[in-house]
Amino acid sequence: MKARVLIRPKAGILDPQGVAVEQALPALGFTGVSEVRVGRMVELEIADESQLDQLCQKLLANTLIEDYEIVSVEGAVAP
Amino acid sequence: MKFGVVRFPGTCDDFDARDAALRVDGAEAVLLWHGDHDLQGVDAVIVPGGFSYGDYLRVGAIARFAPVMTEVMEFAREGGTVLGICNGFQILCEAGLLPGALLPNTGRRFIFRQVDLDVDRADTRFTSAVPAGQTSLSIPIKHTTGRYYAPEDQLDALEANGQVLLRYAPGQNPNGSLRDIAGVTNEAGNVFGLMPHPEHAVDPLTGSVDGLTLFTSMAQAVSRV
Repeated sequence: MKARVLIRPKAGILDPQGVAVEQALPALGFTGVSEVRVGRMVELEIADESQLDQLCQKLLANTLIEDYEIVSVEGAVAP
Repeated sequence: MKFGVVRFPGTCDDFDARDAALRVDGAEAVLLWHGDHDLQGVDAVIVPGGFSYGDYLRVGAIARFAPVMTEVMEFAREGGTVLGICNGFQILCEAGLLPGALLPNTGRRFIFRQVDLDVDRADTRFTSAVPAGQTSLSIPIKHTTGRYYAPEDQLDALEANGQVLLRYAPGQNPNGSLRDIAGVTNEAGNVFGLMPHPEHAVDPLTGSVDGLTLFTSMAQAVSRV
């Protein structure tokens, strides 16, 4: 089955990429944008869905600095 | 005394680290291949700088699963002396051998410069050769992801346990590292990681020989055992 995992910097940790994006927006005429955070999304096919959480903790995210969220499994939005 | 320097796909400071280690009186140094489950009987392991496995996902995240890391982790758990430099520091953090993590520099840029490092402790197996009276080391940095991070309570614990060995001198913190931390040990004190590159500061030609003190300290510590 297909799964999507969203990984982002933990709240409170400075995200230089987000800052760079935020600072670029006014030059394009987009004003009033703040709190930009850049994370990443991992898509994968997984045979055993029960392994997903462990897999996130052991490799996909470093939980000291990142939060992860399993956003959908097989097209359905996770509860 | 035999140093082993790990080589991953992408490592570029392996020769400099080996050559720096060879400058220590009586020391041998060999390269350790990432794909081998073999430390070749070395007395100390250096995980050098550069890159590893493309640093995909996060710096050091994939390298920690390299075959040789099984042996490095076992060696560290048994009290063996392990030094991680730059990417090596990042790998050791990802492997859980060192506390904390390295985040992208606050300034977002690759930085490359000589920095002064205050020596917090000169009574460890990595710093004992720092001459008495010398309180700082001049060593270069070169990295994009060097901002040391750990949660506040963990930082307090690191300081209380004396695990912070090197800090960027006041006003010289180049990357936004919390509490100016440039290098930390594990709780037992046998694994040390730092972002600056001591292997690039071993010859007067390049302006400083302060980096050599780290390799000398490690050799002395191994000889004492």
